[in-house]
Amino acid sequence: MAEQKMVNLTIEGRQVSVPDGTTILEAAKTAGILIPHYCYHPGLPVAGVCRMCLVEVEKAPKLAPACASTVVEGQVVHVHTDKALDARKGVLEMLLINHPLDCPICDQSGECELQDYTYQEGRADSRYREPKRFNPAEDFGGDVIYVPNRCILCTRCVRFMDDIAHDPVLNVSERGDRALIGKFEGRDMTHPWAANVVDLCPVGALLSKDFLNKARAWELDRAASICPNCTQGCNVMMETRENQIVRMRPRPNEEVNAFFMCDWGRLNYRWMNEKDRVEQPMVRNGSGLAAATWEQAISAAARVLSGKKVFVAASAMLSNESLFLLTQLMQGGSGAFRVQEGEEAPLAGVKDLALRRERAANVYGAETLGFKKTKDLLGGLGQGDALVVAGEDLADIDASALSRAGTVVVISSVLPESARSAAVVLPIANFSEEEGTVTNLRGRVQRFTQARQAPGETRPSWLVLGDLLGALGKQSNFFLPSEVFAKLASTHKSFAGLSYDSIGFKGLPVVDAPSNGQNAPVAVGAR
Amino acid sequence: MGFPHQPHPRETTVLSKYFGDADARTLDGWKKRGGYKALEKALGMAPADIVNVVKESGLRGRGGAGFPTGLKWSFMKPGDGKPHYLCCNADESEPGTFKDRELMRWTPHALVEGCAIGAYAIGAETAYIYIRGEFTEPLYWMEKAVKEAYAAGIIGKNAMGSGKRIDVHVHKGAGAYICGEETALMNSLEGRRGNPRIKPPFPAVSGVFGMPTTINNVETLIAAAPILLNGADWYKKMCLSNPKSTGTKLFSVCGNVVRPGTYEVVMGFPFREFLYDLCGGPLHGRKFKAVIPGGASVPIQTMDEAEATLMDYEGFVEKGSMLGSGGVIVIDDAQPMVTVIARIARFFAHESCAQCTQCREGTAWTTKILERIRDGEGTMEDLDTLMDIAEQMTGKTICVLSDSCAVPVVSGINKFRNEFEALIQGRRFHPVNAAVA
Amino acid sequence: MTPELVGGLESPDYASHDHDAHEPYAPVFTGDVRRELDELLGRYPNKMAALLPALWIVQRERGWVPEEGMVEVAELLELTPAYVKGVVTFYTMYHQHPVGKYFIQVCTTSPCGICGAEDVVKAFLRHTNAGELGVTSPDGKFTVIEVECLGACGFATPVMVNEEFVESMTPDKVPDLLARLT
Repeated sequence: MAEQKMVNLTIEGRQVSVPDGTTILEAAKTAGILIPHYCYHPGLPVAGVCRMCLVEVEKAPKLAPACASTVVEGQVVHVHTDKALDARKGVLEMLLINHPLDCPICDQSGECELQDYTYQEGRADSRYREPKRFNPAEDFGGDVIYVPNRCILCTRCVRFMDDIAHDPVLNVSERGDRALIGKFEGRDMTHPWAANVVDLCPVGALLSKDFLNKARAWELDRAASICPNCTQGCNVMMETRENQIVRMRPRPNEEVNAFFMCDWGRLNYRWMNEKDRVEQPMVRNGSGLAAATWEQAISAAARVLSGKKVFVAASAMLSNESLFLLTQLMQGGSGAFRVQEGEEAPLAGVKDLALRRERAANVYGAETLGFKKTKDLLGGLGQGDALVVAGEDLADIDASALSRAGTVVVISSVLPESARSAAVVLPIANFSEEEGTVTNLRGRVQRFTQARQAPGETRPSWLVLGDLLGALGKQSNFFLPSEVFAKLASTHKSFAGLSYDSIGFKGLPVVDAPSNGQNAPVAVGAR
Repeated sequence: MGFPHQPHPRETTVLSKYFGDADARTLDGWKKRGGYKALEKALGMAPADIVNVVKESGLRGRGGAGFPTGLKWSFMKPGDGKPHYLCCNADESEPGTFKDRELMRWTPHALVEGCAIGAYAIGAETAYIYIRGEFTEPLYWMEKAVKEAYAAGIIGKNAMGSGKRIDVHVHKGAGAYICGEETALMNSLEGRRGNPRIKPPFPAVSGVFGMPTTINNVETLIAAAPILLNGADWYKKMCLSNPKSTGTKLFSVCGNVVRPGTYEVVMGFPFREFLYDLCGGPLHGRKFKAVIPGGASVPIQTMDEAEATLMDYEGFVEKGSMLGSGGVIVIDDAQPMVTVIARIARFFAHESCAQCTQCREGTAWTTKILERIRDGEGTMEDLDTLMDIAEQMTGKTICVLSDSCAVPVVSGINKFRNEFEALIQGRRFHPVNAAVA
Repeated sequence: MTPELVGGLESPDYASHDHDAHEPYAPVFTGDVRRELDELLGRYPNKMAALLPALWIVQRERGWVPEEGMVEVAELLELTPAYVKGVVTFYTMYHQHPVGKYFIQVCTTSPCGICGAEDVVKAFLRHTNAGELGVTSPDGKFTVIEVECLGACGFATPVMVNEEFVESMTPDKVPDLLARLT
């Protein structure tokens, strides 16, 4: 690749050096300066219409829109001069003259850029004395509701549907102050990625039906995570209120999901909130499964597994760490997993981004670690072998196959009906309740953190498995998931050289990832 | 000529010579009047030479901006391997302007010829004439003329036997003032909403269909033909004041004047004589109060300013306004200025494309305040607010529609403040509204 | 120059439109009309550029641009109905609702406004029985609207009756004009 020409300029007194062709707005970001903006979004083509990002460029006769002006060598840019502030104050006042100011009942309140910038730079009052325009709210189909009175016509939603989803179902209708976002009667936002417009909307004009009136933004706790619902591994924020996940939203990662996530993944979070959990370790006694302490349960499990060839029926929702520890448990046995499938749904405007056919977070990791992907989950279970059910729900599993097992240990969040004959049940946290890594379909190892607290006496899977290995007399001394990962990295060549620190929150490919991550997706920017 | 009236002896009719002459509308009639001689000559010249002649003549864009035409043409780089396009801006929508309408309905072949010359000069094989949809009559005559010209082989695969392909197509707009803005026109031509585009890229680099494009006004293109026939010097000599403004200019006159119509005078003609002699002065018993000399989007002139103006690009600027599109709106003492200005603001509010915040909201807000003042419900603070909104609407948006709305408001308040104040002060004190204000 | 020529098309065409919105929509672009569109497509390097002309054809054939017409145009030009609707609503000349047999547009922008255009509008509303702007008269014949600058300011007040341009309209000329529209 040819050497990129760099351009040097000064923004707010700071020296900035950026590649030729960079916009002033993006250049300012590199210096830690946020130029207020609405219509600009790094994942969308530039529109330059909100006129909020006006900045003063020395020797230029007019204020320049930072989003649509590329840097020039030696340029001196001022973001906070009186002239620029006055222009932005003007834009804010104009955006608010017809705005209902219904923040107390608006879902966006607390995470609204109109609120934020108005507090930051706007007027304290309005000089508008005329009647405000009114348009009724409209159901746009899919997960989306449109409240035109709050709309600032930034057109991010229209550009997303046109240029990223390649499904132009939205338009700007009418013109002048009558303009609003429109759609065609009977043509809804049914595109599998349509709900991204809700995230993109900088104000409360596009709302999620799913999230409607569920929480105020400031009541939410947020955890950086990975969407567990397919092998793409979109980076997300899991947002909880009162320990319940109420929303998943994409977290930008240009290598994986750009700024987006699909509707299916986004809305498929309720399973992580389910209440039908095993909350206590259990050990079988004469009359059935009985509550036990963790110490009792771990030693009971070690006792029944000791010296046995172990077959692990795993879930591909488990982390690399847990799957790795499970391989340590096999004692000459093997493991397998199943994966739910659905229709693939790509996002046309972003390279290599799709809701994938395989609907689990860690298929790549499971296969890399030696688990066999199969439809016949227990096919590898030998007569009399010990069976460890790890996160698998055993749905539709033939009871006769299960009866081949000499003993059954369940390490799961939920106790499968068919595994009620288990010798020991060890309750573990689900995906949202623990920390770990998963490997996406392109071999990218990505960290996820704990979003909610696990119920009852439930423990993280890596901790339970570590303790169990210790009880079996194997070397095990893990206090943190990062230590498990370090062990994995030193054991398995694919993970060699990786650590939690180096992976960070954008992920890194495994050593032998297909084409070494070079096929990473890139958001389609300006056409 | 002072169409629809008899030509005035002080006019110089180059482009408007055949207004009202029905025979000039036909191909035969046009040829009899020397039509298509300039195209024939042009096709025998090198495109660069044509550009030079036009450059030399000093011809400047007649649509409003006054950009030197030859220079604009020279931006089109020959041999870049891309199709070039010529767009003729016939979306004449600036209130007060109707000169292109007369040109197209009386001398449609002159425009076909001008387009063909322009297209050849900039290396384009296709020219689109974008005519506003309301112009049913010009559309009718232009389509007829284009058809005749194709049938006669003047344009088409082998224009006048030159071996050059020049297609000319008429494209009908559908009701949007903003499509007179060149980038909005290109969007509209492409089948989009008529939203102005951010510049750069400029049309000469990436214009209609993403290709190098030149956009010229009707009058500009038509003027190219006599320049080619008579030479740059002939044109350049038509100048009564500033040498940067050459040739003749069509002025369409409307409003409270005895003889509204389209007049053609040499650049630099004294505006006072124009208004009182050519246009016949004020209506019986009335007096002129103000003039908007270049279409609704230029600053309003007081009569003192207007009467001291020499009619060219520089002359109007010197006297507080702009030549613009040459649409002269004359306002007499029977008209309340607030009503006039409020109606202009309403026009811009109606036509705002809705892209930029200041324009979408500002034009409508301005209109609402002005109409409130007009209706006797204004306050003195409203005047400050109007001036401040106007400031926010100036120089901050993609195109100048927003500025255009601000201009008459600012010049109106500055020059006719007494009328605003009288309306405001005549309002009776009203406790309910006082609480709001 | 001569009043007869001013505003005179060679043959004013008052197409009689069927405005019944309840009838099932019949495609516009068949036979000759389809060929007309194909000819238009040849003028542009892509299909989208034919959108405005195609919508004009729909309006000519149907008297307005119904949503079904937008769908038909969208399919022919490989666009989406939402896109087409965004364009239709931008331009004021496409009727999104059926209008009277005679669609009367009176220019009231400033230059005409100061020459008495408001009175012309009032005269039209009174004499057509439409009563209100944008409302079709009870007999279905007339819809009167105010329009922004028609670009014939020197001939105040210009009025458009369907495709015909009538110049220098005054309130007292209104009854005569309407009498001509049968």
